[in-house]
Order: sequence, then structure tokens, then C-alpha cells
Amino acid sequence: MSEETNKIKLKVYRTNYNKEESPHYDEFDVSVKRWTTVLDALLDAKSYSDSSLGIRYSCRMASCGSCGMKINGRPRLACYTKISELNDQTIVCDPLPNFPRIRDLVTDFTEFFAHHKKIEPYIHNEKVSIDVVKKDDLVEFKQTPEDVDKYLQFSYCIKCGLCYSACPTVATDTKFPGPQALSQAYRYTADNRDSGESTRFNIVDERHGIWRCHFAGSCSNVCPKGVDPALGIQLLKGHLIGITKNDKKIATLRSKEE
Amino acid sequence: MPLLKLRESQIMKIHYLTGICAVFFVAIHILFRLIMPFGQSLEFHNVVANYHNIYYVILLELILVFISIHGFNGLRIILLELKQNQWWESTITILVLAAMIGVIAYGTRTIIIGSQL
Repeated sequence: MSEETNKIKLKVYRTNYNKEESPHYDEFDVSVKRWTTVLDALLDAKSYSDSSLGIRYSCRMASCGSCGMKINGRPRLACYTKISELNDQTIVCDPLPNFPRIRDLVTDFTEFFAHHKKIEPYIHNEKVSIDVVKKDDLVEFKQTPEDVDKYLQFSYCIKCGLCYSACPTVATDTKFPGPQALSQAYRYTADNRDSGESTRFNIVDERHGIWRCHFAGSCSNVCPKGVDPALGIQLLKGHLIGITKNDKKIATLRSKEE
Repeated sequence: MPLLKLRESQIMKIHYLTGICAVFFVAIHILFRLIMPFGQSLEFHNVVANYHNIYYVILLELILVFISIHGFNGLRIILLELKQNQWWESTITILVLAAMIGVIAYGTRTIIIGSQL
């Protein structure tokens, strides 16, 4: 059964800062079908119209978080956005806002990952060494499904940067860690294998830290994985101010015999 | 200065509490305006009579303190987001703190003079 093919216009933001090229939009006519994604359309344009088009992508299935861009005015993953759902004959692709631009649709994630790294996004537990070399020294924690539920949605983050690009505070405050890093700080705080909340609280509880979030909620609005960073930030604020108590019991270790 | 060493969560706790208290006391203040026709309550002798009531004087002083702390900290937060460097942050914090103390001192002076304490 043949599928109906439509023609759409793809307007792509073009610039190359290394060549001091002035920013402009290039237009490409692309044939699309019902299931064609924006990434498919961009790759079509790159293959048959202009091979110099700069796009970053990898998995094509919303797992790697590489192809984030502003599509028709909203931060989205190009591989996860079907042309048909946009209900528009002209698709405008811009690089993600709040990120330094490198070329065309490719942005620099250095600062974004630095914020993520700063909140120490890994399990802190004094009982367990992080320098395990021998396989026999590996240990397991006992965790109930209820324990997992407390942080599970936040662990779906793929670090695509869409929330960071939608955040109005990040747009004005470069020191603000952003919704991704702050929600990950909550993710590890809520995890009962982790005992490093005081370390993490000291990191986020500063002048340009968590309190500069104005709860606009646009981060949660654009997340392609259903994570609610705004919720994580508010819950973490509650812990910091003492309204809610993080009364988790640190998970015990499972012995080899169990 | 120890006040400047407060953690941001402590400052925000003060910010939220002063905000809630200001709403509560301003509501009482407005209710006082409504116990008689609004225009009449603002007539000179009625205002002076309010100033001679010690409970009302305390209420006015509390409103002044809570609104000044809440308002000036809010201003500090807005200004902090404009630039991100140590000099700007420290200058803004000191200036806002000085302005807050100045407004509270001037307001308290007015309340004391008005109440003839």
C-alpha cells in the first residue's frame, strides 16, 4: 500500500562562527510521508541538497539526546518529532537557545555538562568503594520497588538539554545550574543508596543555585522523556528549607550468600 | 559580616516568612481602614489617633520591617541575575542591605515622631 507523499519547506538556521559567516536561513523542499521525522527531513536535505548542513544526531530513537533543536519555536528532539504532528507546511529549525552555537544546528554542551558534573551525579556511599577492580568485590544494594519509585522518573533523563534551553533563568544567569543538573541532584538525594545529600546540598544552596528557579515550569513542558525537572527542584527546595524531611533509610548491602 | 555568610536557603526562609507575615499584618492594617468609611479613616485626626495607639504603632513597625526585608531581598535576587561576578554580587548585597537598614531607620523615626513616644 503506497503512502501519500507531501512536500514541505524546511527552513534551517545556518552559520559558521569559525568562518565569520553571517547567520541566515536556508530553505529546502523535502518530500515527507506520514511517519517522516524532522531528523529524517534534515538528513534528506543534507544528502540531496546541501552536504555542508551541520546537524548532530546518533541513535534516531530519543535515547541519546543528541539531536535537540528548536523546531517551530519549541525545543524538541528532531528524531522524536514527526513532521505530520507539527501541522505546518514550513518547518523552521533553529539551534537550541541558551547554548553557545558552533555551526548551523550544532551547539556547545560543555557548560551544560560542567553543571551536571558539578552536582556529583553518582552514588555517594561510605560503605562502598568506588574503585572496585576485582569482580568479586562488587556489591549490591537491597532496594524495594517503592524505594525505586521515589527517583525513577528523574533517572529517565537523557541529557538532551531541552529543559536547559527552555529555562528562563538559564537565559539570564550563566551560573545557574539549570533544571537538568538540579533535578539530578534531587534524583540522587531521593535515592536510598546515596548518603551524600549534605555534600550536594552545599553545592546547590548558593547565590546562583537552586533558589534562582522561579518555577516557570517550561523545563517540564519540553522534556521528551516525561521527566518533571520542576517537580524535582521544588522537592529539593522543600528538603533544603526544612519543610519536608528526607527520612530515607540508607539501603543495606546484599551479601554474596543472599 | 556574619549576615552576609548566611546560606541562600536561610535567606530564602527569611524571605518567605517575612512575605507571609507582611500579608497577614497588611490585611489587619487594611481591616483597620474599613472599621469606618475609608475616606473618614484617612482624615488627619483619625490617622493621628492611630499613631497614639501603641498596638497600632507596633503593627506599623512590623509591617515596615517585614516589607523592607522581603522587598529588598527580592530586589537583590533580581539584581543578582543581571550579572554574574563576585564584585557585582557583593556590591549589590551590601547596597541592598544598607538601603534596607536606611528605610527601616527612617520609617521607624517617622513612626516614633508620629506617635510622640
